[in-house]
Order: sequence, then C-alpha cells, then structure tokens
Amino acid sequence: MGRRTVSAPDATQAFGATALEAGEVSAVATSRGLAPEDLDVRLRADASSRTVVLVLFSVAVLWLLVGSIFGDIASIKLHWPDFLVQQAWLTFGRVRTAHLHAVNYGWATAALIGTSLWLMPRLVHAELKGAGMALVGGVLFTIGITVGIVAVLMGYTDGMEWLEAPRYAAGPFLVLGGGLVGLSLFRTVAARKAPHLYVSVWYILGAFIWFPMLYITGKWPTWSGVESAAVNWFFAHNVLGFWLTAMSVGAAYYFIPKVLGRPVYSYQLSVVGFWSLAMFYSLNGMHHLVGGPLPTWMITTSIVASVFMFIPVVATGINLHMTVVGRFGALRYSPTLRFVVLGALAYTAVSVQGSFTALREVNRVTHFTHWTVAHSHVGGYAFVTFVCFGAMYYIVPRAVGHEWPSAKLIRWHFNTVLAGISIYVIALTAAGVAQGMALLDPATPFEQSVIRAMPGLYGRTLGGLILTVGHFVFAYHFWIMLRMPRGVPRRSRPPFHDAQPVLYTREAAAAHGAPAQEATS
Amino acid sequence: MTRISLIALGAFAIMASAICLLVLLPQAMLGSVQAPPGLAPYTAVQLQGRAVYMREGCIYCHSQQVRDPSFTTDVDRGWGTRATVPADYVYDRPHLLGTMRSGPDLINVGQRLPDLDWHLIHLYNPRSLVQWSNMAAFPYLFEEKAIAQLSPTDRVINIPGRDAASTTAIVALPDAIALAEYLVSLKRQYPVPAASQASDQRVGGSHDAR
Repeated sequence: MGRRTVSAPDATQAFGATALEAGEVSAVATSRGLAPEDLDVRLRADASSRTVVLVLFSVAVLWLLVGSIFGDIASIKLHWPDFLVQQAWLTFGRVRTAHLHAVNYGWATAALIGTSLWLMPRLVHAELKGAGMALVGGVLFTIGITVGIVAVLMGYTDGMEWLEAPRYAAGPFLVLGGGLVGLSLFRTVAARKAPHLYVSVWYILGAFIWFPMLYITGKWPTWSGVESAAVNWFFAHNVLGFWLTAMSVGAAYYFIPKVLGRPVYSYQLSVVGFWSLAMFYSLNGMHHLVGGPLPTWMITTSIVASVFMFIPVVATGINLHMTVVGRFGALRYSPTLRFVVLGALAYTAVSVQGSFTALREVNRVTHFTHWTVAHSHVGGYAFVTFVCFGAMYYIVPRAVGHEWPSAKLIRWHFNTVLAGISIYVIALTAAGVAQGMALLDPATPFEQSVIRAMPGLYGRTLGGLILTVGHFVFAYHFWIMLRMPRGVPRRSRPPFHDAQPVLYTREAAAAHGAPAQEATS
Repeated sequence: MTRISLIALGAFAIMASAICLLVLLPQAMLGSVQAPPGLAPYTAVQLQGRAVYMREGCIYCHSQQVRDPSFTTDVDRGWGTRATVPADYVYDRPHLLGTMRSGPDLINVGQRLPDLDWHLIHLYNPRSLVQWSNMAAFPYLFEEKAIAQLSPTDRVINIPGRDAASTTAIVALPDAIALAEYLVSLKRQYPVPAASQASDQRVGGSHDAR
C-alpha cells in the first residue's frame, strides 16, 4: 500500500478519476484546501479497512434480507395462524427468534462493526492495525450468528429472550470473533497519530468494552428463578444501549458534522452525553419487569434510571440536532445525511418514549402488549438501521472507488423504508394500546384484546412487507456496486436528486479533514 | 478526553458497578429463597414439556406471572388468586416470566384448565376449541395413524369437527404429551410463607390508593 496507486474514492467522486498517482494526491488536496499529507493519511486509512468493511457490509445485507423474510413470516402468523404450520422450524416461536437474531446480531451488528472498523482509522489518522485479524473475527462472528440461528430453528435454545443462541455452540465463535475485531480496533487506537480522541472513538471503544461484559453476564450458566429474569433483562436492555446504540450514536456523531462540513455543536455536551448514557442506561433493564415478582427496589431503580435517561438523550439530541439546524436543506442532496439525521431524530423519539413507558402508570397499559414491539422497532429500525444505511451510503463508494450508480434506486430505498417503518410503528402502537386497554379492564373478555389488536397486526404485516421491498432494492443496488469494476465512474453527475452534494462544497472541503479537531478544540 | 485509559477504565467501572447492583447483589439476596412447601419440583416429564415450551417459543406470547392486585387487574381476570413471588420460581431454570400477552398468562393454567386432553386438542388446532384464537397450531407434535395400526399405548385425541368415519386417527407424540403435562402442572395457588412474601417483593405495595 504505497502512495502510488492508492484507490482514492474521495477524489473519484469529485473528479471522476480512478486512482491517484503520487503527484495527483497533492493536486487534489490543494484544490480541496487540504494538506497533501492529510489527504494521504485518509486514503491510507480507507485502504487499510477496505476489505474487512466490504465483507462485513455484504454479510450485513444478506442478514437484512434473511431477517426481513423471517420477520414477515412471523408477522403474518399472528393474523393468519394457520400459515406454514406443518414444519417445526417454521413455527412462530422459532421464526420470531430467528428474525430477532438475524436483524440485531446479523444485520445491525455486522453493519455497525463494519462502520466502526472504517471510522476508527479515519478518526485516529492511522491505518487499521490487524486488518486480517479483524476479517477473521468478522467471519467467526458471522459463523457464530449462523450457528445460533440454525440451532434455534432446529429447536435448540437457551430459552432466555435475546440470549437464545446456545452458549456452547454459538458462544465460542461470538466471543473469539468479537474479541479479534475489538483487538484490532484497540491496536488501531493505540497506534493513533491524532492528538485528540473524537467522540465517536469513545463510543466505539465503549461498545467493545461493554459488550463482552454483558455477554458473559447474560450467558453465565448458573442463573435460575427470578434472578435469571433480572439477568435476562439486564442483558437484553443493555445490548441495545451499549452495543447497537453506542456504535450508532458514534456513527451519527461522525457523519452529521462530516457531511455538513461543520463541527458538532458542543464538545461539553458530548462528554455529558457519553458518561450519563453509561451511568443511567446500565440501570434501565428491570423496567421490562415492572409489576413482576422481583424485589421492588430493583424495578424502582430501573424506573428512576429510565427517567434520568433524559439527561444523555437531551445532551446528545441537542448536540446532533443543533449541528443540523439551519442546514436541513442539505438533506435533499445527501442520502447519508437523510438517513443519519432521521435516525438521530428517531433516537431522541424512542428514548423519550422509553422513559415514559417505564413509568408505572403508562406501563400498566403498555406492558405485555404490541406497544413494546413497536417501540423496539423505532429504536432498532428508525434509529439504528437508518444510521447503518446512512453510514453504508457514505462508506461503500469510498471503499469500492466509485459512486452509487442510481439515484432512482436510492430514492426507492429511502421512500419505501420510510413509508414501511411509519406504517409499521403507527399500526402496531395502536394495536398495543387497544390490546393494553382491553387487558386492563377485567370486565372485557380476554378475546377482545386479541380481536381489537387484529387490524394493527395486519397493518404491521403491510409495513413489514414494504420494508422488505426496500431492503431488496438496497441489496440489489449494493450488489451492482460491488460488481462494478473498481474505480470506474459510471456517471459524471452526483447521485442524489442530480444535485451537487454538499460534501464537495468549498466550505465542506475545508472541514473535511477531521471533525476531531473541530469538535475538540 | 484524550486518554484511552481514562475512557476504557471509566466505561468498565460503570458497567461493573451496574452488574454489582442489578445482578450480583440480588443474587446474594435471593439466593436464600426457599421453595414453599406447596411447590413440588418438576417431574422428568414436566421438565421435558418445559423444554418443548422453550423450544417452540411459547414465551413470546404467554407470560408466567401474576402482578399485584393493587397495581393491575391480573387477579380480577382470574389468572391467579395472589401475586406470584420469587419463591414460586425456585425450580425454574431459566425463568419463563415472559413480556408479552398475545395469549393469556399461564402460571396458573393448570388450575383453570386441568384437562390434559383439552390441551392436546388445543395444541393440535387451537381454533377447534377457541374460535377467535390466533395461537400457532402444532400439528407436527402429532401424527396421523391408520386406525388399524394403532397400538394400545397410543394417545388418540378426538378433534371436534373431524370426520367420524375417517380411517385414521390423530395420535399425540411424546413431546405433545410432555408439554400438556407441564401446562397442567402450572399452579402457584398454595399459600406462600410470610418470609417469601416480604412486602418489599410486592411492587404494588406503595403504588397508590387505587
């Protein structure tokens, strides 16, 4: 990997070149207001993570398709219960679990690990250390997830929600795979050349410290009785907050300032947001057991901590949203910005909703209903998955060396998934409220809680099917992207709405180097 | 923040203290909970049924907990006569408390529906007994056998509405019988000793005047 013919995706997009010769690096850098060394650092960083990132993204997209189909089948079964009942592996309880694992541990995790592996070298101005190690880790992790899902479909389960994959079959692959990826990231940070650690780095490092602690706690084989319930929800809630959310917020902190070409709103708020997230999110888990047979103090602790979640959420929300304020017009031009900004808004929304849902008065209605499933899709989809899409729209062109070939496909993808998730969440939230109100009134027969939720369950299937269409559009576009010869631009115009992407304005180019310095100085 | 060690140590310390508070401390407190005299350990066939319950994912639609009457209406709905307490679950590895009620709570289903055959028919096709049900059917836990080939040990179930002149019969496989045995064993109605019903385990105790 020398300066000779490093693939230069940034430059490709701006100038339609395939690769940069040594002399060209400085010409390109000068034209964009950068020092040649800075551009060179970035090109080397991107080149070092390229293979592992593309492999993980490919795996992620496959899981997205698989997970969508399992999700659709599970959704259909709740209103047409005699659909696909002859095969054990297609029963609701197994397909639902396969969906959850495929989208959370397959799709979102692979996409976010890939994003983190791409971000880290850029953020610390170093090449990815142990890229081969990270690649092996990513492959092992994928094998672990596959083993887990196949095992669940075959009827082998550890029985706790979010932790079903058998610990002795899938566990070793997950621990070893995740560990190798983490090692590569930590080695990269240790070799950093940038003086500051940008906020995204904190979140990525945090995620790779927290997840092993959570996994070992959750999978410890001796828990029993109500204690296993406490451990179950300690894990299941925190895996969202400290794994998916942490890496997604880290990515949002990078892409929003990056694409807009302005620094994040406040360094102090990002510090407050990070540490208060760790403090309060980690105590939230028991709010999944409100009213349950656990000591009251545990549940109360989690309810209080859930309300305190306003602190990190407001801090992070102000920081991300205020960075965009005044520049919302830019959402028209950049698919990355569109997805990530909407994802950040969904993060604020889902967190506020979660804080209120933890309150006993609200929980009396919503607990044990479809409301919770709708809520989890605001978080897992409208927030995490949107951030993943946004990140991939930014990273893949820089990894393969040419722009996305079709603005139309991007528009189709965006419109379908936005419509799909909106229908999904509205229908299922309504179903949950109807179900919850019926359950709460002892004079109403139980069957009414099923019947009144039914329209919402059909609505959820409609939303889910539209999402699946969007995913196939995205997967098709991604496939074309990979199949195109490297570095050959297929079109001279920018991809989205045929307009000048904001990324390449002079103002943006000036801030292009590193949000790190901008944000921390 | 420019120091990796600070971030890593801080992140580790916060999570470690959360694990101490919400995992290890409760473990120490709940570790001494004794089984109430009225609660028998699961038999081998019930445990097999419990494994089927986990395998088929019953937990994703059925909870196994009754919440305090001062908090909500589980008791009024007839799902139990008292709130369940930690002692009710000492033999559960892992717990199956559940977080969803697409179907009714099952912790006392053995009290409400004690008939094994009812459960077998219901598992084969829920809608043959409960018209509005959206529960999954589990025909693969049964086999269709020619009547001529039935053996005396076969457990034949009589599905309502099935052609009486049929030359075949529906026979419950061992997993179906075990699951039904587990379901009819679910009863947490015995009195609970005062020690395990300490007020601090009752979430609704200080709720409000409702």
